[in-house]
Amino acid sequence: MKINVLQYLEDCTERFPQKPALADETNVLTYDQYMTSAKKIGTCLATGPGKGKTGKPVVVLIDRNVQTIVACMGCVYSGNFYVPMDPSMPAERRDLMLKSLDPIAVLDAGNKESGIEGTLNVSRIIREGAVDDELLSAIRQNAIDTDPLYAMFTSGSTGVPKGVLVSHRSVIDLVEAFDQVFDFHENTVFGNQAPFDFDVSVKDIYNGLKCGGRVEIIPKKLFLMPKLLLNHLKERQINTLIWAVSAMRIVADFKTMDTVEPPKLEYVMFSGEVMPVKSLNYWMTHIPEAVYVNLYGPTEITCNCTYFIVSEKYPSDAVLPAGRPFPNSRVLLLDKEGQVITKDHVTGEICVAGAGVALGYWNEKQKTAEAFVQNPTVSAYESLVYKTGDLAFYDETGNLIFVSRKDHQVKHMGHRIELGEIEAAINAIKFLDVGCCIYSEKQEKIFCYYQAKEPCTKEIVKELEKKLPKYMWPNRYVWMEKLPLNQHGKIDRVLLKRENEASGNQKE
Amino acid sequence: MKEQIISILEEIRADVDFEREGQKLIDDGILDSFDIISIVSEFNDAFQVEISVEDLLPENFNTPEAMETLIKKLQQE
Repeated sequence: MKINVLQYLEDCTERFPQKPALADETNVLTYDQYMTSAKKIGTCLATGPGKGKTGKPVVVLIDRNVQTIVACMGCVYSGNFYVPMDPSMPAERRDLMLKSLDPIAVLDAGNKESGIEGTLNVSRIIREGAVDDELLSAIRQNAIDTDPLYAMFTSGSTGVPKGVLVSHRSVIDLVEAFDQVFDFHENTVFGNQAPFDFDVSVKDIYNGLKCGGRVEIIPKKLFLMPKLLLNHLKERQINTLIWAVSAMRIVADFKTMDTVEPPKLEYVMFSGEVMPVKSLNYWMTHIPEAVYVNLYGPTEITCNCTYFIVSEKYPSDAVLPAGRPFPNSRVLLLDKEGQVITKDHVTGEICVAGAGVALGYWNEKQKTAEAFVQNPTVSAYESLVYKTGDLAFYDETGNLIFVSRKDHQVKHMGHRIELGEIEAAINAIKFLDVGCCIYSEKQEKIFCYYQAKEPCTKEIVKELEKKLPKYMWPNRYVWMEKLPLNQHGKIDRVLLKRENEASGNQKE
Repeated sequence: MKEQIISILEEIRADVDFEREGQKLIDDGILDSFDIISIVSEFNDAFQVEISVEDLLPENFNTPEAMETLIKKLQQE
């Protein structure tokens, strides 16, 4: 019986202690080294800042290295949960998260100075620390599968990021479902692309532990240089990709495989935003033997709730289906009245039930209650569903087709962004009157329309750098003497969007 | 040409000082994949070149000077 994700790590270590489990640009860890290092971190926490504490947050300052994953597992050994955090995050936003979390410790897995006081250096603990197996197994004795495993922050519409809290049970459910549907094995080598503060990386880490394969952490800069990227995949014998759509697109957009010999791949899985069929067809042409899988799901239901295996090429104007639910996930398509839609081609909101549904948002009772709600088809007992805010319909074969968002959340280069969070940062700037963001799907750019006495784009950029991570910065700024208002006296987004689309055809 | 390159770069990344000595835009992790896509598409339009995947190497994009050399080379081809 699986109660705790560490059981996967311990099973693998027992089966093949000397088999490489994790690798980055310069390091390789065997399963034995992986487990022992994680236990050292766990012991250090459980005897130090986390003494007598369980179920508490530990922040891990991430880097693209094996130490980051070890640090996360170390938190789990201590009976607490980990919160991966990008150290390059603007200090203001980082402090918001730290304040909300009040972590018992901050582990630094990187080599650079973080500027946060009292951080524990992961490499040093691995080098100098000891393992107290008795203490760690006493902690495990008390574990149950609904204990939190990690929290990941996502953009919040009111300007404050939300920490999605996910339990062991949800991740165990995820990897067991993947194991049932796909054929990962001991020789599966996952090429990790996703940063560790995004839940796409959860699939690499835990599917790797489930099948006893290897996780190769691909250096970030290779995703700027697609030729070197493909060569790296071949050198490291990576055969399984679980990537953001944007990473796959850069390979296709530069027609990389026209001149570079393609890698040998078994699975290519992608998620995060709608995959353009043209880009996918490029991959399918050059690597026809791989299995291509479109994955759908928000962080709140633990990575993915539906999948679609793309077994043939689609016409380039078609939309890839989000597909059907994984085992032990249930998708309810609900109309505005909360009635379940069963007919095809009727659009409703995707709501998800199952063991993957997260514990909620950390320290945000109200936001949790708004999104995690009683299943409207059940009244006699408590049964929660997560309302995704994604609108979709069933096609005639029963596959789910994504349509759009029902709010102002956008997907930009694989990042989930609430335009409201950017607007909150803009509207906090004193020297402008008001600002509004519009996303152009066609140009894939965030436009910021702002009203001020005079143009002040450079000054706005400087202010936003202090508050928002880079992927949230608007790509274009438009100054207006007065922003258009609608009948209700609110900024007329519909008009701005229409004008944006009309002007999008001409080059700026 | 260098001025035009810098102005394109600044348009894409207003937060970076592109003329700072000794800075490596790719190797130091200053630019990301989103930037590189934008830079290539802007360069292709502005200088009438076609930057291919073979040109996408750190040594061609680490500095504005290296980008200039690349563009000039492509213009001559």
